Amino acid sequence: MNVLHFVQAFFSDGAHWHGYDGIPTRVAEHIGYTLEALAVAAAVGLPVGLVTGHTGRGGNVLALIATAGRALPSFGLLVLMFIWIGFGMTAVMIPLVVLAVPPILVTTYEAVRSVDPSPVDAARGMGMSETRVLFQVELPVALPLILGGLLTATVQIVSTATIAAYVSLGGLGRFIIDGLYQRNYEKVVGGATLVAAMALASLAVFWAVSRIAVSPGVRRNG
Amino acid sequence: MSGFFDIPSDLQHSYAGLIGLHLREALLPVLAGLLVSLPLAQLCVRFRWLYPPVLGVTTVLYAVPSLAFFVVLIDYTGQTETTVMIPLAVYSLVVLVPAIVDGVRSVPQETLAAATAMGLGPLRRYLQVQLPIAVPAIIAGLRVATVSSISLVSVGMLIGNQGALGNLLNDANIYHRPELAVNSVLTTAVLAILADAVLILVRFLLTPWMPRKGATR
Repeated sequence: MNVLHFVQAFFSDGAHWHGYDGIPTRVAEHIGYTLEALAVAAAVGLPVGLVTGHTGRGGNVLALIATAGRALPSFGLLVLMFIWIGFGMTAVMIPLVVLAVPPILVTTYEAVRSVDPSPVDAARGMGMSETRVLFQVELPVALPLILGGLLTATVQIVSTATIAAYVSLGGLGRFIIDGLYQRNYEKVVGGATLVAAMALASLAVFWAVSRIAVSPGVRRNG
Repeated sequence: MSGFFDIPSDLQHSYAGLIGLHLREALLPVLAGLLVSLPLAQLCVRFRWLYPPVLGVTTVLYAVPSLAFFVVLIDYTGQTETTVMIPLAVYSLVVLVPAIVDGVRSVPQETLAAATAMGLGPLRRYLQVQLPIAVPAIIAGLRVATVSSISLVSVGMLIGNQGALGNLLNDANIYHRPELAVNSVLTTAVLAILADAVLILVRFLLTPWMPRKGATR
């Protein structure tokens, strides 16, 4: 009765493949939670990281915010939010966003800071406005690192979104939490396998995005 | 009766006891992770082909949610602290191995050549030159590993009250005392920030050669 046996038992059981509690439903819910949390976290982290990275000011404040964000326990935050604001997506989104903002924020800041200053100076010398310097020089060069930060955030969200099941919501955590209470290990292992597979899939997605979005001149160091 | 620091008796620990338990459950795995990742990273530096597969395996393990990890381990180690600590040790490996590999690789060739010329053997060169120069990178990895380890212990609550401060979350629900949940979250966050500060201090003490003025990174 090893892990592979559980995996095989879980995926070969037809009952796991359809219905409101089936794998497709749970995968879709999990992807939904992940995208929503990632979108909010990116909307917060990217602009702040870009602007502070460009001006070079506020790095220490960012480091403090990032440490504070990492220090807050996701699971504790989830239970606390559930007690305070009750059942709903907000209670799940707050811990996930708090989890995902620090890697996005810090990596974006570091990425823009580490752009070679000579092309930036050259761009200024050519008369580019600060906005154009940021978006046409610094952002393209920093893009591989920024995507790396987004990837870290995504993998952490995918793995942590399982706790949503603890407060009666869906997603792949359902298999894990239900399996725990039913002493049904094939469900737990099956759910964990799906989560790991989704993390690997996000690796693939980010690899594809970087092939498309990163300019070939920047790519060679990546 | 319902004060912030009045811990329900079913936890069988005082507030300070829970903190001690939490630190033990969070920090021992990081220490174990460090002890494993130092030689592992050294192997990865020595044999370059080893690094990508090691990174791949650890990254996949990292993607396994801690709760699933805990549940699967219950079969082998029971509802004990060990069950909580094993996944945390694995997670810390994922952060520490790349940090140490990058740190050791960042030592300039000239420095290594100078050390060899001074007659240092491979072991002394590693212990007295490479490792100290890699300290900032290693501590940076340790900070991330420690902070996330402290914050993850709480999930252990779900497998038979092994979550130390996280167990307060369950009691907050049972006894309808939200302040216990606030206490759990705040205390965990403060512990993580304090541990982070201690590591910054350790780095400061271990790297007397680094410039002391200006922004520290």
